[in-house]
Amino acid sequence: MNVPLLELEKATIKFGGLTAVSELSLCVGDGELVGLIGPNGAGKTTAFNMITGVYRPTSGVIRFSGKDTLGIKPNSLAAAGIARTFQNIRLFRSLSVLDNIRVAARLHNGEGYFSALWRGKGWKTAEAETEKNALELLEIFNLTQQRDELAISLPYGDQRRLEIVRALATRPRLILLDEPAAGMNPSEKDDLMRLIRFVKERYNLAVLLVEHDMKVVMGICERIAVLEYGIKIAEGTPKEIQCHPKVIEAYLGVAATPIENAHA
Amino acid sequence: MDWFLQQTINGLGLGAIYALIALGYTMVYGVLRFINFAHSDVLMLGAFTAFYIAPKIEKLLGSQSALACIMVFIVAAALCACLGMLIEKLAYRPLRNRPKLTVLITAIGVSLLIEFTAQNEKVFGAAPQPFPQLLPERAIHLGNLVISSNDVLTVGVTIVLLVAMWFIVQKTRVGTAMRAVSYNQQAASLMGVPVDRIISFTFGLGSALAAIAGILYAIKAPGIEPLMGVQPGLRAFVAAVLGGIGNLPGAVLGGVLLGLLETFAGGIPELSNYRDAIAFGILILILLLKPAGLLGRSSVEKV
Amino acid sequence: MPFLGAKRWLLAGIALAILASYFTPQFNRYYLGVVIDVGIAIILATSLNLINGHTGQFSLGHAGFMAVGGFFSAWISLQVGGTANAIWYFPLALVAGGLLAAAVGLLVGVPSLRLRGDYLAIVTLGFGEIIRVVAQNTEAIGAASGLKGIPKLTNLGWTFGFAAITVYAISALVNSTYGRGFIAVHDDEIAAESNGVDTTRTKVTAFVTGAFFAGIAGGLYAHHKQFLSPTGFDWLKSIDIVVMVILGGMGRTVGVIAAAILLTLMPEVLRDFSEYRMIIYALLIILLMLLRPAGLFSFNFKRRSHS
Repeated sequence: MNVPLLELEKATIKFGGLTAVSELSLCVGDGELVGLIGPNGAGKTTAFNMITGVYRPTSGVIRFSGKDTLGIKPNSLAAAGIARTFQNIRLFRSLSVLDNIRVAARLHNGEGYFSALWRGKGWKTAEAETEKNALELLEIFNLTQQRDELAISLPYGDQRRLEIVRALATRPRLILLDEPAAGMNPSEKDDLMRLIRFVKERYNLAVLLVEHDMKVVMGICERIAVLEYGIKIAEGTPKEIQCHPKVIEAYLGVAATPIENAHA
Repeated sequence: MDWFLQQTINGLGLGAIYALIALGYTMVYGVLRFINFAHSDVLMLGAFTAFYIAPKIEKLLGSQSALACIMVFIVAAALCACLGMLIEKLAYRPLRNRPKLTVLITAIGVSLLIEFTAQNEKVFGAAPQPFPQLLPERAIHLGNLVISSNDVLTVGVTIVLLVAMWFIVQKTRVGTAMRAVSYNQQAASLMGVPVDRIISFTFGLGSALAAIAGILYAIKAPGIEPLMGVQPGLRAFVAAVLGGIGNLPGAVLGGVLLGLLETFAGGIPELSNYRDAIAFGILILILLLKPAGLLGRSSVEKV
Repeated sequence: MPFLGAKRWLLAGIALAILASYFTPQFNRYYLGVVIDVGIAIILATSLNLINGHTGQFSLGHAGFMAVGGFFSAWISLQVGGTANAIWYFPLALVAGGLLAAAVGLLVGVPSLRLRGDYLAIVTLGFGEIIRVVAQNTEAIGAASGLKGIPKLTNLGWTFGFAAITVYAISALVNSTYGRGFIAVHDDEIAAESNGVDTTRTKVTAFVTGAFFAGIAGGLYAHHKQFLSPTGFDWLKSIDIVVMVILGGMGRTVGVIAAAILLTLMPEVLRDFSEYRMIIYALLIILLMLLRPAGLFSFNFKRRSHS
């Protein structure tokens, strides 16, 4: 039997008395695009934080390519192939666009403390290689022009894209996208959907997507899991989810507003 | 056993002073989330204020009388409260929305400014000066134990002020506002809490406590000088962090613990040379084991 | 690519320093002393800049590391004795002092760098004070009375040679893909971690590197003043260095060097007003924070692209 790339088995996390995520079981296979949706406060971002090692689950198991990730630090998980973006963009504010990528590319730069001090031949080759790769990525995502600008001076949509590019520079096998469409206009959202599909195909990535925008989620996800109050209430294809009674209740029962504005 | 009890009594006297100073640190930290480095200098100024006004008040109300003593405390506390508010207004308020380190460095600057100005020969001068006796000191004998009336005074004043602080913070409108500002400054301001005035009030209160602690410290110390606040200030700060900074009972607990530890360490010859290091050693241990302090609550960083 | 040929600058700097030391006897002794003070300040400020500026870990214990390096290298010199073989053992003694300071930095850094902001500042301040108290109670280095009669081995050549090495090393580190990790930690620890930066390791590395150079500066200071007292390394000394870093604009190498020069010369210029010197200094800190919090030399908002 094939081992799934990411596997959550009854993953639970409690903060004091509050159970933020309760016995969440979820699989993401190689190259699969899975959506994670749910009303505000359902525990989606918390699930991301458990998967990436920022929070430690209270109980349950999370495996990445078959290995238990408990107690492994986020940076080691990043090295193992889990990359992510953040709901509230977290770019390095005093670094340029190119240098934001270089930070993530450090994992594959291979040079350490003393070679950075000595600046020998090997170091120069590695630095040139890193820069070339970073520029290639920027080229693909049309950010070459802005390479020397401060990352935080970019327009909002570009910042979101740059976060994805930065995550890609760690050469992940799984990328977690936390509300990538937040704050985008409809045409930007269309671009984003194309971008996610493109990235997935080109780099052969598995994608786990948290998103409020139903058009985006339904449009690109192969499978969707729904969280409410930390509990998974449904899982299935976009079609199945759309007419799942519990899902409709969760969304319409919380607030009688159209789903697309639920995050506003 | 006697040695143990005697050290405990001495330690409590010292600890009560640390607790008073720590209360000021913790209250200011509670509303502004920053360490007011100049707190220990307000303490010194409290002692000097008492030093200069005590003779005048005693001339009016009688030498070493209880009434004069109380007046000295009140006047010094009031003057230092004004001074604390002034410092806040001039140096800290303009930096309200700046990074914390900027404010911390400013606080260090204010502290240095007060210390160096006070050391100037035309101000107080650097040499220690004898502090006047405000009340006749008596030694109370209990079996083999000796309790100084000054320690009794210190502990008594601390308890009274502690209860007063608890009452102000928990039971009054101002206290509710203080807690609101501490919890969320922006939300408090949207709810109509006059944030500036509350912060100013907190500074005043903290500085008044520092002044009283300064006088109590001066009564026990051989003399007063412009740098007298540095060591007790540093220890009290440690006490505040030890108890969980921002937490009033924590500050008192930390202060008393530190006073006791220091007195016991000072009583053991092998350790007495390291007295200065002990406070910091404990602080470091506590922060490493329990980063939020003894009574503080740790928070999970939101991602 | 920035910083290509940096090593050539380094070599030129060292060559100049050695050349200058040849002409040393012709200089006025007072000015020579001040210039050496400036060189030592540059080492201290640049090395603290790696910790406080680039990596954003607020340390108030730099004087402690300076003390460790100073006392250890001075102790070595006093054991070896004489100025005859100074050219051989002096740099070794300095590096040994730096290494011990780095070791202490590791010891201090590993537990305390889990803390942030104010707390880290206080813990490093505490460690600095503990180092001072331990020095005051260690007989081998003269306990409270300090070390006397340290041979005068520090000259322009050694001072500025090491200053050039410090500036080079820290710029080279920061301006590499590896070293972008320091700035990533400064900007956002969580984002850094999730992009593969080991934040703890990065912070400790910055701390140990900074401590190493502070130790060397301590050694130069010891062999310059010829007398070391533990009280000279209290937290006020750490504050002095922090002020240089802030004045120069945290993370800007050139600004920090300029600030180190300025702040070392200022007391000398104010010598005639010695009574008010420290008052002016304190006022300067406050005004600086109120008026130019990003540093005295910050004229635009583009940071760190070519520091």
